[in-house]
Amino acid sequence: MADALQQPALAQPKLAVHDLNVYYGNFQALHAIDLDIQEHAITALIGPSGCGKSTFLRCLNRMNDLIADARVEGSVLLDGEDIYHPRVDVAALRKRVGMVFQRANPFPMSIYDNVAYGPRIHGVRSKERLNHIVESSLRKAALWDEVSDRLNKNAMGLSGGQQQRLCIARLLAVEPEVLLMDEPASALDPISTMHIEELMISLKDAYTIVIVTHNMQEAARVSDTTAFFLNGELVEAGETEQIFHAPREERTEAYISGRFG
Amino acid sequence: MSSSSRTRFDQELTDLAHNLLVMGSAVEQQIRDAVTCLVNHDLKLAEQVIQNDDIVDHYHHQIEDESIRLFATQQPVASDLRTITTALKIIVDLERISDYAENIAQTAARLEDPSLLTPLADIPQMAQIAQTMLRDVLQAYVNRDISLAEEVYQTDDSVDQRYRNVFDTLRHLMESDPRNVYQGMELLLVARYLERIADHITNVADWVIYMVSGTHRRNHKNNGKAEA
Ligand SMILES: Nc1ncnc2c1ncn2[C@@H]1O[C@H](COP(=O)(O)OP(=O)(O)O)[C@@H](O)[C@H]1O
Ligand SMILES: [Mg+2]
Repeated sequence: MADALQQPALAQPKLAVHDLNVYYGNFQALHAIDLDIQEHAITALIGPSGCGKSTFLRCLNRMNDLIADARVEGSVLLDGEDIYHPRVDVAALRKRVGMVFQRANPFPMSIYDNVAYGPRIHGVRSKERLNHIVESSLRKAALWDEVSDRLNKNAMGLSGGQQQRLCIARLLAVEPEVLLMDEPASALDPISTMHIEELMISLKDAYTIVIVTHNMQEAARVSDTTAFFLNGELVEAGETEQIFHAPREERTEAYISGRFG
Repeated sequence: MSSSSRTRFDQELTDLAHNLLVMGSAVEQQIRDAVTCLVNHDLKLAEQVIQNDDIVDHYHHQIEDESIRLFATQQPVASDLRTITTALKIIVDLERISDYAENIAQTAARLEDPSLLTPLADIPQMAQIAQTMLRDVLQAYVNRDISLAEEVYQTDDSVDQRYRNVFDTLRHLMESDPRNVYQGMELLLVARYLERIADHITNVADWVIYMVSGTHRRNHKNNGKAEA
């Protein structure tokens, strides 16, 4: 197909982070991070609490702009274009690069309205079009079968795992390209976690996914690439198989095999 | 993983390595005894080698069970993963070596007249070299010493050379006097068993290199020779 022919020999990363430094006031939270994030793959960020994973994730869609004393230096290219360029429309950026948080945060409104929320903000008015978006987003988030008969019920009545999938559906409704997930399964039971993991794997053909996780097995199960952060530095990044089988850095080995501290 | 469960896991890995060493030295003893009973025509010792193979099998199953339990309960990664995988692979080679030693002891028991051994100094030498290789490879395993494992790998060539010597000498002896054929065939098998024993030791060396470096010897060099 034409698409395949146009694929460059060496695929350009979806996101290319170069020499990224982040400060909160005088405190430097990230030090000279270089990391490429491949398209249609799952990249897992691992590392102990406070090492800067969430900070890094927030840099990828400029969520750090919302933090008063945060300062970001370096470059983040999305499809080759610098997202920190002054002319970038941040709202449009966050539509392309969306985030799911640790605690599911559905709006206190109906399931339907939660999913339709984003498209409405972006100007979709047609009832028929909204119906279509809501159904297809809920299907992609593997939630449709569980909620199709109660779309007008309040979303707060869903289970934790369902709420998290609803948040993913809400994100998918605005047709993002990159999904950032900050410990999306850490508050969930094992079955719900499994649903979220299966969902991530099913979504990766259509999206680029970056996930922060505390759970080593989860990183090993779902991701293609793993990046290990420690004290604001990127210690090692590589194919997940390599990281868990034969990491290059001793600090990575110590962390993933529980020898830290 | 909490630090106390990590400590327990480390203890279990130490126990695993210890059990592997115990099995390894039992196997070394098997090689020594097998050739001794052949040379000295010691039927009692031959019987003992045959019985001791059960002990080696027992170690094999014990280490196998222990490794599988660690996979299930610890979900090992990185060097832990490689260490346990290596244990599982090494015990298969050790167990095969002990089987060959048993085969040699059976030959010793069958052979009423081992007089042909006199011109075959290469056979006890092969056994001697194999024991040294085994001792070294276990040392390399304990010390995570790649260069010693590599040396063991290289030593296999001298075993192969001696096997060819035995082969040529026996062919000559059998051709020159058909009465040598029965003994000659048995001793040829013994040499073949020893040659295979050394090959299995090189497999162990290969696994030690893998355990330490994360890649197989075949990826380091392109002159690999260990067969399964
Ligand atoms: N808004 C903030 N203001 C000041 N310091 C922060 C802020 N957010 C995070 N930090 C600090 O930056 C470091 C990295 O935090 P974070 O990115 O949340 O780590 P992680 O997600 O790996 O647990 C920590 O030391 C944390 O205390
Ligand atoms: Mg975090």
